[in-house]
Amino acid sequence: MIALGLEGSANKLGVGIISHPSPSKPPLILANLRHTYNSPPGEGFLPKDTAKHHRTWVVRLVKQAMRQAGVKVENISCICYTKGPGMGAPLQSVAIAARTLALLWNKELIGVNHCIGHIEMGRAITHAPNPIVLYVSGGNTQVIAYSHRRYRIFGEALDLAVGNCLDRFARTLMIPNNPAPGYNIEQLAKKGRHLIELPYAVKGMDASFSGILAAADVLAAQISEDLDEGKRLRAEDGEVVTKADLCFSLQETVFAMLVEITERAMAHVGSSEVLIVGGVGCNERLQEMMALMAKDRGGSVFATDERFCIDNGIMIAHAGLLAYETGIRMPLEESTCTQRYRTDEVFVAWRDQDTA
Amino acid sequence: MSPTKPPLVGASTPLPLPPPFSHSALRLLTQGAEALVFHTTLLDSRTPVALKYRPPKPYRHPLLDRRLTRQRLLAEARVLVKCRKEGVLVPDVVALGADEGWLGLGWVEGATVRRVLDKWVGKRGEEGEGELMGLMGRVGRAVGRMHEIGVCHGDLTTSNLMDSPADLRSLAGDIVLIDFGLATQSIQDEDRAVDLYVLERAFAATHPVAEPLFQEVLRTYGESYKGAKVVLRRLEDVRMRGRKRSMLG
Ligand SMILES: Nc1ncnc2c1ncn2[C@@H]1O[C@H](COP(=O)(O)OP(=O)(O)O)[C@@H](O)[C@H]1O
Ligand SMILES: [Mg+2]
Repeated sequence: MIALGLEGSANKLGVGIISHPSPSKPPLILANLRHTYNSPPGEGFLPKDTAKHHRTWVVRLVKQAMRQAGVKVENISCICYTKGPGMGAPLQSVAIAARTLALLWNKELIGVNHCIGHIEMGRAITHAPNPIVLYVSGGNTQVIAYSHRRYRIFGEALDLAVGNCLDRFARTLMIPNNPAPGYNIEQLAKKGRHLIELPYAVKGMDASFSGILAAADVLAAQISEDLDEGKRLRAEDGEVVTKADLCFSLQETVFAMLVEITERAMAHVGSSEVLIVGGVGCNERLQEMMALMAKDRGGSVFATDERFCIDNGIMIAHAGLLAYETGIRMPLEESTCTQRYRTDEVFVAWRDQDTA
Repeated sequence: MSPTKPPLVGASTPLPLPPPFSHSALRLLTQGAEALVFHTTLLDSRTPVALKYRPPKPYRHPLLDRRLTRQRLLAEARVLVKCRKEGVLVPDVVALGADEGWLGLGWVEGATVRRVLDKWVGKRGEEGEGELMGLMGRVGRAVGRMHEIGVCHGDLTTSNLMDSPADLRSLAGDIVLIDFGLATQSIQDEDRAVDLYVLERAFAATHPVAEPLFQEVLRTYGESYKGAKVVLRRLEDVRMRGRKRSMLG
């Protein structure tokens, strides 16, 4: 069976086409296209502008994906779209596109939970059968374990999502949003040499990032180029603290927190595999830290590259098709979207009770 | 801070134990997220001790690692002493090496509530159910007592509550709270509510069938001290925020 997937819950519009040749064979990716809306440095993306971006690009991207995949309309079984969670206006603009296609081509519609899309795509690509999942993006920070047909949330951010914390700090430092603020922080952090103390806020399996962001913003003001050299913040060795040092310190601190809460969940359920999904999951330093932790526990870490960890349409097509194959259908009247949609609300009919 | 790196720890490797501990009788109990916990004895080899060792985390920047290990060991010891003083059931602190990453604790007989639940949930008859409710009630009261004296646990899971001296056939023991590595001495209702929220989710995540049992924990908690009702209302807010956090994809 073949599905078309549309994703637009944040600033990326994704269109993917996937084929599930048979239950015993791995899925085939026929097309996976993305177009990103970037706001100017110092600014975040607003719902209205983002929705407009998605409306402008969706037809072009669908046409291009169909051409690339070389499939005909009659080969497609269902149209999958992101039901939530995400930003209202962008979600709606893409849902409308999905409904239009379903009516035009006379296809079934499947609304997909964005987080489930990330998890299922990650499992499919890495072949990690039953990992603890760290889902880290601009909007979400969750530690997830599968049990009894649900992806259960063990730990999460109590305030800001970690990606949002990084993005906002990029704005404070006026680091460009292109290709992604987090990516630019990662590159800058590689040049950092001093670890500047920031608050460290883990509560059980949860983490809090707002206090860290506030503290980092204060430090950023203390290294401003508007200040005299003599007045700027200095590290213990007397050197002037740089933007790179702050990016480095922020990453070292928040990633240590993420690895810690993941390790807690692993210890709690006795698992040694971890899968990282979501946009922040592309960060190589995070992957490296996670791998060191997993190795210590005799396990391993699974991660995907930017094609799959950054929001994309293929994961929506894949997760939607998994649901479709179990007989799930969504009448047109119910094809809504919702800004709030928890990972554990979804009944995971396509997996066994306990594992794979 | 000692510059020497603590040696690798394995169940078979003799450890560089601080003076009061014997090298011979060391048995690895758990490798938790944070610490290796050993059973050993103090001096006379008759006094059993739980020894917690926090090895350095290779993934953490060494400066951050040392800061956290030291802070947490000291905080853990301080909170335990406070609980003892105020009559909240916790292990004794018998030795501390904050720079080396060691904490020696009085041995608690019994099993973790997690183990007790794993054993009982699912195959309970009516009789077992009553006992299980009794256990939940004692958990609620123990947590309430701790909150009453202004201590927040910070990692309140069913693995950090011990039912003592229960053998697995009986459920009637005292609840001893352990693992105060993330505890704070705070009098904020928010922190207390977050403690309950963490416990609630630990129940939901590992004992899906035990979820209704948690109501009994909250009920006895609510009756256990004067400010408890306010905290329970606060818990509603924390839950709501938990749901709201799924706002963005
Ligand atoms: N004082 C003690 N007496 C008996 N057993 C203990 C004691 N302290 C810890 N344990 C056992 O070791 C396990 C791990 O200890 P804990 O303090 O919770 O460390 P961790 O940070 O690894 O969770 C506990 O779940 C319990 O089974
Ligand atoms: Mg513990």
